[in-house]
Amino acid sequence: MDLATFWFIVIALFWLGYLFLEGFDFGVGMLLPVLARDETERRVMINTIGPVWDGNEVWLIVAAGAMFAAFPGWYASLFSTAYLPLLLLLLALIGRGVAFEYRGKVNTARWRSVWDRVIMIGSWVPPLMVGLVLSANVLGLPLNEFGDRVGSPLVILRWETLVGALAVVGFSLVHGAAFIALKTDGEIRHRARRLAVRLAPVALAPLVVLLLLVQLREGSAWSWVPLVLALLAAVGAVGFLLRGREGWGFASFGVVVAASMVTLFGALYPNVIPSTLDTVYSLTVHNASSSPYTLTVMSWMAAFGAPAVLIYQAWTYWVFRKRIATHHIPPVHAP
Amino acid sequence: MARWQFGITTVYHFLMVPLTIGLSILVAGMQTAWVRTGNPRYLAMTKFWGKLMLVNFAMGVVTGIVQEFQFGMAWSAYSRFVGDVFGAPLAMEALVAFFVESTFLGLWIFGWDRLPKRVHLACAWAFSLATIASAYFILAANSWMQHPVGIEFVDGRPRLTSIWAVLTNNTVLAAFPHTVAGSFAVAGAFLVGIAAWHLWKKHRDSAEDDPDRRVWRASLKLGSWVGIVAFAGLAISGDLQGKLMFEQQPMKMAAAEALCHTEEPASFSVFAVGDVSRADCESVKSITVPALLSFLAKNDFSSEVKGVEDLVQEYRAKYGANYPDDPRLGELAGKPIDYVPALPVTYWGFRLMIGFGAISAGMAVLALWFTRKNRVPPGRWFPLFGILSIVTPFLGNSFGWIFTEMGRQPFVVVPNPTGVDGVWMYTAQAVSAGVSVGEMLTSLVALTLVYGVLAGVEVFLLRRYARAGIPGVLPSWNKPPEPAGADGKKPEDVLAFAY
Repeated sequence: MDLATFWFIVIALFWLGYLFLEGFDFGVGMLLPVLARDETERRVMINTIGPVWDGNEVWLIVAAGAMFAAFPGWYASLFSTAYLPLLLLLLALIGRGVAFEYRGKVNTARWRSVWDRVIMIGSWVPPLMVGLVLSANVLGLPLNEFGDRVGSPLVILRWETLVGALAVVGFSLVHGAAFIALKTDGEIRHRARRLAVRLAPVALAPLVVLLLLVQLREGSAWSWVPLVLALLAAVGAVGFLLRGREGWGFASFGVVVAASMVTLFGALYPNVIPSTLDTVYSLTVHNASSSPYTLTVMSWMAAFGAPAVLIYQAWTYWVFRKRIATHHIPPVHAP
Repeated sequence: MARWQFGITTVYHFLMVPLTIGLSILVAGMQTAWVRTGNPRYLAMTKFWGKLMLVNFAMGVVTGIVQEFQFGMAWSAYSRFVGDVFGAPLAMEALVAFFVESTFLGLWIFGWDRLPKRVHLACAWAFSLATIASAYFILAANSWMQHPVGIEFVDGRPRLTSIWAVLTNNTVLAAFPHTVAGSFAVAGAFLVGIAAWHLWKKHRDSAEDDPDRRVWRASLKLGSWVGIVAFAGLAISGDLQGKLMFEQQPMKMAAAEALCHTEEPASFSVFAVGDVSRADCESVKSITVPALLSFLAKNDFSSEVKGVEDLVQEYRAKYGANYPDDPRLGELAGKPIDYVPALPVTYWGFRLMIGFGAISAGMAVLALWFTRKNRVPPGRWFPLFGILSIVTPFLGNSFGWIFTEMGRQPFVVVPNPTGVDGVWMYTAQAVSAGVSVGEMLTSLVALTLVYGVLAGVEVFLLRRYARAGIPGVLPSWNKPPEPAGADGKKPEDVLAFAY
């Protein structure tokens, strides 16, 4: 396997890490007004992701940074083509990050409800945009011979990419609900579990449609395997949740997203962005990649850096492994 | 427009970053003092300054993501051109530094009383040192734009040949200490300003051994010394940077002086009256120090320093008089290149940077003088003094960046006079060709608005916490019974801190 292909896989893994980790913390934010009945329950929900959401978000930064370093052409064309969706993504992430930090800093209901709204919007918009951009990437963009977009800023809005947007949103919803069921105790835990089970068929439907669509258009024989695995894992997740096995249910949703990413990136390879204008303009792992020297440097760095990240992030989850219940929430203390 | 957007977002980002870098190291230091001595005063300082650091940290993080995305969104031609070199330090920053920052910050915020004291302290050092590592990688990337090294020229693009050369570029070796010193200047002044206000507000008549008073005195002293040492560091590293710049970007230094003709020896302009943008020597009256500029450039009072006019001729001969006839350059295609940066911006930016830096160092010295031997000055103007001293190093930093980035125009990647031929890029060529004016305008307006609102919110919160003082972050403060720093053996200790 050549280095460019290796980096294609690494970047797919970074995106997978991002969707897996921030998927559930988006879900928590999206479900904030649905699952929590009062202020204490809202704080229970927010504190399930309190220590970890920032570390989860770095997966997006490292995915983008790795694209820039390993495939400058891919990074440049995708980011400039998806200008407006990425702008919305950035604005949402800005608001959301600040909201978590600032929400409890003034002790009035009005202050908190403003930031709660920011958290909610800031959690709905990013998965929509990530889904839109990633599915548009897999299905192709109107790129000319320079790798620049031809057409209006909204050219990536097609029914297929809207399905892609809903796919990531739907996944984040059930993944987030399963996470809350796993990380909380008391009434909210049961509410979250019931919601995950009831939502799953509807919420995961767009993902299934997207996978089938990509498989039928671009897929090969082997890529049916991850697709079927994703479907089985989704059914399994619901089964586990029905039996009250929240940990297994949450992990099964993880398998769903992992298998889906294998299908999607598998269908994309060896392109990194297919051009919908003319296949000769398509960016591939070979014509969009950096030099072998740069890729070698990056590989050494990733070989040491990535395992370290996994270890200390896993440790964080271990430190904060206990379930949170309403009676754990300390009184608000703000000047 | 892409330039305005990058400029606004960068300056804004760099309002947050230096405070975070400087303050997080100081907070880690305070916490070390607490863990080693067990003195509750240091715990109070850690909690108070740590809280203010967190309010600021959130903004630094979210505005940093915008920076990374902008290269691809608005500067895609640039990203394609330099990606082989420029992407690596950015990716390293994310993987090696930023992950550490955000993960250990989470552990630090929520880990009070949950983690063993020493492990918790190690988390503080992990994230604060990682902020410095972040700065290093980002400055290495920026320095490469100012002075491209470690490359060969293949198929019309720079190709990386030595990552080591990029990471040890002499430009970054000078820029890094300068930036870090600037960060400590900001953090030091922040401590001085707020501590001065508290001393003035509450402790004009309090007993000398009042614990609250001692917290503010300790903070003020620490801040002042940090500020003074930082200014010395700024001056030394700034001088090094200046000398490199004379070699690497002679136009930028000539522009910093608005030096019209080549002079030998060259005098340093302290202040100018008139329109410096014309750089014609006749319309500008300037107060000068003879031969100082020669010394700053080459450590020699008699050496020659080239002026803007001669440099323009040189640049035309070396890099061409006209833009290439590329339709993607739009109106500029085939037009003559203006090699002179915006002189009023570079000239005054340079002076304001130094001036504000010097004022903030002077404030630190004054603060030490006013509070000598346990004094608290009575005057009404003391809190005003504090606020001024907080603002000046921020302004100094911002003008420094504005100077250095405006001074390299019209280039985005500046040609290296001793480096590989052919590696340079004009800013006009760097923007995304496929992105429409409407999109740029939308993002410019949206980001500016959101940043404006959030700046207001941050200042509001910082002010609120700063005013509340220690009780705002440590409820047990000044209430005798509970011993400070409970050791966390309560029956159900799931959350010692919660959002």
